[in-house]
Amino acid sequence: MSVEVKKVTPIEHFVQSAEKNITRSKNNYLKELQKQAKIDLENSVFPTVKNEEWKYTNLKKFLGNEFLPASELDKVELSKTEIEKLKFNSFDSHLLVFVNGMFEKELSDYAELQNKIIITSISEAIESKNELAVKYLSNVSTNNSSFDYLNLSNFVDGLFVHIPDNVVAEKPIQILNISGNVGAISFSSSRNLIVAGKNSQSTFVQKHIGLSGELYFNNVSTEMYIEKNGILNFYKVEVENDNSFHVEKTDVMQMRDSQFNHFNFTFSGKLIRNDINVNLSDENIESTLNGLYIANKSQHIDNSTFIDHAKPHSTSNQLYKGILDDKSHGVFSGKIVVAKDAQLTNAYQNSNSIILSDDARVDTKPQLEIYADDVKCTHGATVGQLDKSALFYILSRGIPKDKAMSMLITAFAESVVAELKIDELKDEINHLIFEHLNRDKVL
Amino acid sequence: MITIKNLKAKIDNKEILRGLDLQVNAGEVHAIMGPNGSGKSTLANVLTGHDSYEVSGGEVIFNEKNLLNLAPEDRAREGLFLGFQYPVEIPGVSNATFLQTAINEIRKYKNEEEITPKEFLAKMREKAKVVGMDSSLISRAVNTGFSGGEKKKNEIFQLLMLDPKLAILDETDSGLDIDALRIVSQGVNEYKNENNAVILVTHYQRLLDYIVPDFIHVLYNGKIVKSGGKELALELEEKGYDWITKGEN
Repeated sequence: MSVEVKKVTPIEHFVQSAEKNITRSKNNYLKELQKQAKIDLENSVFPTVKNEEWKYTNLKKFLGNEFLPASELDKVELSKTEIEKLKFNSFDSHLLVFVNGMFEKELSDYAELQNKIIITSISEAIESKNELAVKYLSNVSTNNSSFDYLNLSNFVDGLFVHIPDNVVAEKPIQILNISGNVGAISFSSSRNLIVAGKNSQSTFVQKHIGLSGELYFNNVSTEMYIEKNGILNFYKVEVENDNSFHVEKTDVMQMRDSQFNHFNFTFSGKLIRNDINVNLSDENIESTLNGLYIANKSQHIDNSTFIDHAKPHSTSNQLYKGILDDKSHGVFSGKIVVAKDAQLTNAYQNSNSIILSDDARVDTKPQLEIYADDVKCTHGATVGQLDKSALFYILSRGIPKDKAMSMLITAFAESVVAELKIDELKDEINHLIFEHLNRDKVL
Repeated sequence: MITIKNLKAKIDNKEILRGLDLQVNAGEVHAIMGPNGSGKSTLANVLTGHDSYEVSGGEVIFNEKNLLNLAPEDRAREGLFLGFQYPVEIPGVSNATFLQTAINEIRKYKNEEEITPKEFLAKMREKAKVVGMDSSLISRAVNTGFSGGEKKKNEIFQLLMLDPKLAILDETDSGLDIDALRIVSQGVNEYKNENNAVILVTHYQRLLDYIVPDFIHVLYNGKIVKSGGKELALELEEKGYDWITKGEN
């Protein structure tokens, strides 16, 4: 007699946890939204390398894990002292703490919020019928795939921030996402919704940090809506646990005359995929997407960007830099679409990588679709080693090879790091670069 | 100070130095001149330890040590300095950090105490004045965005800061206007004393009006084909190289 065991597919597995999650949801509006996402998830498949957008990132091994929802596992207890150590400490900020996708008000510190900036959980915002939260939640996000449905159907709580019209947030808002250490292989879905009002100005620093323990899968979705003439800086730093997975999608909608600056710094994590979609929906918009990733061992880091120029007179800048050691693999794919209407668009894209070992690898895939005829679009990709003539120059002054290499790594990373508007964060990033490469910092 | 015997070196399997002999003693200034492609820059690079060049014969004794067995950084720590023909830009690393690191690495090698920040700052101010570099250049990243002249001045500034035993200056005078040339020469003259030595690699006799050499050597086809005193420069200026190189092929 044989017993046939039906194997649960990864999608089915996440659908099951979504079902449990939805029954707990108290708000009807959210419940309906999550129900629909669950149905969408059921009807989708996870991308494979046959899918053009995932050509260089194989998810097979990663999806072979059975991830349990972190919200149902051991709760991680962290003291304020531990939080102090995990967050960026060198500059003053409003602090919002998430542990395994759950907003921890007790550990957060944003008491001194001024100018009617709203910071609350998504469920509270929806419950209190915040018009903006209702209007934009899951509506900024486009080109949705299985991971979006997975996030929407499984998220337990999320962050909602509203910077009202004409408000300049003086202090950066630091979002600390702590993951892992729940006693089993786990996953969590964190979700952020940020609405930046007209003429507003704000800076966010998001740090993803992993605890030691069993591997985990951190699925993140961030939606940002920037009103006319608003300025939003978003600095994201990923320091996940070495064995863990991070799949994130950032969707941005920009209105007329607005500015958006997104910086993505990736350090640890086994497999990282960052998708960012920016919709330049009107005229005179500026959008900058910069990234720096440092990979070693068998890390896989994939950055994928999509910039949609819909209207004339807008500019987009992209600069992604990678430093790869050991057997690591870096991917950058950047898609730019310039619509027929979007005359006088400037779109610049650059990807530069440095390879420190023979076994490291980089794949770059620029993709430009230009339907307007009066535009300036450039793209370039370089993959190389540390500049040998510069290395010799430094050695010739009596500085040993290891330190000389560190100097050149600093020099390479500089053009991305230098643009950050928080000086202390530059130092923290430089420190992380050298810590991650197991090198001594010279400076 | 340095004794070069029958030095042969190749790049990409092409022999450039073909048995070069040179002896430089403390307190001396030697100028090496010669037409393009004669091997002048190769000599400078081989002595400093550039790994694109393969030494295929001969020996170099520097401070009683076999120079060719030392790594480039150890040659510098032993007191060798190359003023680069094309100084390299290093964005993100300030001149000050760069030099402080270099000085301390050299001191560490000699089992000396590290330089104190106060000492370092005072020394920097003093030496910057000699080459007319203002403090903004010092706090800026190494050579980044510097003009050609500023880069060459920075080489001489580094020379003064590191105070090596032997300075090889590879076409430090090329591309300089007369004011910059004076400043650079002044820096070299300031550096020079009876315990150290200078090798000037140059195309132009003009430099030798400002830095007076004890010896002039003509390098041709990878060998020194003529040596003489400072008056040789005037002869070269007048007659060119042909009268020497004829028959050397």
